[in-house]
Amino acid sequence: MGLLIRNGHLIDPAHNIDGQHDLYINDGFVAALDQQPADFVIGRIVDAQGLVVCPGLIDMRARLREPGLEHKATIDSEVKAAISAGITTLCIPPDTNPVIDNPAMAQMIQQRAWRTGKTFIHPIGALTKNLEGSVLTDMAALDEAGCVGVSNALNPVRDTVVMRRAMQYASTFDLTVFLHAQDPWLQGNGCVHEGQISTRLGLPAIPEAAETVGVARELALIETTGARCHFCQLSTARAVEMVAEAQHRGLPVTADVSAHHLHLTEHDIGFFNTQCHVIPPLRTERDRDQLRQAVKDGIISVICSDHQPHEPDAKLAPFSESEPGISGVETLLPLTLKLTDGKQLSLSEAVATLTHRPARILGIDAGHLAPGATADVCIFDPEQEWLFDRERMVSRGRNTPFQGWPFRGKVTHVLIGGEIAYESGSNQPDDRREPVSDSLLRR
Amino acid sequence: MTAAEIQFDTDGNLHHFLTIEGLGRDTLLQILDMAESFIDVGHREIKKVPLLRGKTVVNLFFESSTRTRTTFELAAKRLSADVINLNPQRLSTSKGETVLDTVKNLEAMHTDLFVVRDSHSGAAFLVAQHVPPYVSIINGGDGRHEHPTQAMLDVFTIRQHRPDFQNLRVAIVGDILHSRVARSQIHALNILGAAEIRVIGPNTLLPTEVERLGVHVYNDMKLGLKDVDIVIMLRLQLERMQGSLIASAQEYFNLYGLTQDKLEYAKPDALVMHPGPINRGLEIASDVADGPNSVILSQVTNGIAVRMSVMAMLLGGQSTRRQD
Repeated sequence: MGLLIRNGHLIDPAHNIDGQHDLYINDGFVAALDQQPADFVIGRIVDAQGLVVCPGLIDMRARLREPGLEHKATIDSEVKAAISAGITTLCIPPDTNPVIDNPAMAQMIQQRAWRTGKTFIHPIGALTKNLEGSVLTDMAALDEAGCVGVSNALNPVRDTVVMRRAMQYASTFDLTVFLHAQDPWLQGNGCVHEGQISTRLGLPAIPEAAETVGVARELALIETTGARCHFCQLSTARAVEMVAEAQHRGLPVTADVSAHHLHLTEHDIGFFNTQCHVIPPLRTERDRDQLRQAVKDGIISVICSDHQPHEPDAKLAPFSESEPGISGVETLLPLTLKLTDGKQLSLSEAVATLTHRPARILGIDAGHLAPGATADVCIFDPEQEWLFDRERMVSRGRNTPFQGWPFRGKVTHVLIGGEIAYESGSNQPDDRREPVSDSLLRR
Repeated sequence: MTAAEIQFDTDGNLHHFLTIEGLGRDTLLQILDMAESFIDVGHREIKKVPLLRGKTVVNLFFESSTRTRTTFELAAKRLSADVINLNPQRLSTSKGETVLDTVKNLEAMHTDLFVVRDSHSGAAFLVAQHVPPYVSIINGGDGRHEHPTQAMLDVFTIRQHRPDFQNLRVAIVGDILHSRVARSQIHALNILGAAEIRVIGPNTLLPTEVERLGVHVYNDMKLGLKDVDIVIMLRLQLERMQGSLIASAQEYFNLYGLTQDKLEYAKPDALVMHPGPINRGLEIASDVADGPNSVILSQVTNGIAVRMSVMAMLLGGQSTRRQD
């Protein structure tokens, strides 16, 4: 029995589709557009009149806290939160505990996710053993075990020789290196942007140069190694210029930004609001505006949630002692859609930053809806206005600086592998869904 | 939440004293005027007034201190409050009791006022957000952020000698970057309408965009001291040398230590101040510290009256508010 999504505004940037279409789904896959296939039996119809139908969203950086920090959140709790927000594919950094630096860990995390049977989790493997920045991991084995790239996460690789060899080694297997480029000495124990707010509040600061020095070193190494690299969570206008220049010269570099860096600045910290404690820190208005422009220009091609759920105590401490991070999966789509309000992005561009662009960087077959594609679908009402309320968050972490923010655009249905996994109005994602079959897992 | 919102109660009375930033001129003058009336108390044979009889004050110092804690203790005792001093050891490695845990435990003993000192900026503000409405908090120094009672006693001392702030040129010399005292002083002097505030130091010890706090920046001490009425020297923590913030104690003293020579550039009757404890021969020469221009010891004396004033303002006349 098939599923028909009728009269929706279909946005599939991978195939330049942006208009009213019917979507036929059968057996977990997209069967056809507009033309009902001969053998198609309609089992259910979703009327998407006035709604946007797009590929399920891909969040390229979300920490689910499992294994290691289950008091903050679990794969199960965070996958539910992600699905309710339209996200059907998640990518997790290797800084779990233990670290994803061997194939067994990579497989275990995917299996735990598969057991929840609802969404795909792609691990990023560690670049160095235990993220210590000295010994390279078995990257070929990590690749084989399903890792979509390698990264040292937020832990610095201080030794430039190690970083150079890591890039060379990763490029041997055509693995993308995900870089969090920060100079560890300039970053120090800082917790806010070095500027007027750090001066006023007397907080340890992270200068812009921490990022530009880090990016400059990595770019020089990319130039000599030819490794394909992706810069994670750029936060400064100057670093964006450097990446743009490298792209212009043809270096294989891409970049992403965390959704909160497109909306908040150092001023949002106000009087020690620990919900705004993030690393890299919130920067100036100019930085925020340039980051938005870079998304528009495609220099930054992906927007991430940088999801970091915390227990309440983690934020109940003096600012510098509080733990950094925002519980972000549930604000990823709303914050991205907010950029369409001010016409900074078209709806199609906004969807692209969350679907086929991350898929391309991750090298996975997802984020598009051509016939034959897995039917991971996000349907949202682009006009529905609502207020974000932390009390109604699905994530176990309710650490958000966006309490009370007005948003426009709300998820109504989410399909994973052709099955309805979330429908607004019902509080719980569908738990009855059968485990995903092996063939699906290998897509 | 703004600083003003949390410092005042719904009736517009000062309820916590956490930061000078955002306070009005009237509030500062009120504190200074009341402090004036408490100066006498210290000179009496019986150095007590009954304003806070029956109130409990806890000095909660997560960061060690002798002088500040002693003056807070004396201030509370001269107001007839019951005082407890606590110096909980907070080991960052062992993740022991948090600041909030400690406060909640003490609050269960019906404390009326906490004086909180902590090495992290924003600590007193955090505590103020999480105590019941009948408990007041005084910031006894939070990290590099503010030390508001110190700034109040400094402007009190200045006012004793120079009642008219409008014509006042003030130079603050030394480690501005790490100084909570400097930040509070800058806010207080600006609110009281000082003509000019200068900060003097090497670029390593001046925070980014410090001009936005309303000061002029000088690297050359002689230029910076030219014609000033007040010279405030800041304490230099010796560990700053390890952080490559200064080259050597010798060069620091040569460039930024206050000597009689350099003091000549200021007005002849300029006041020399220092929040203490002083490093003789590092930031100030002994003959200047003990010389005729120095008011360093009256700062200490005034500290008691000013802290009495702040405590009385926060707790005075509120005995009926508690509802438990």
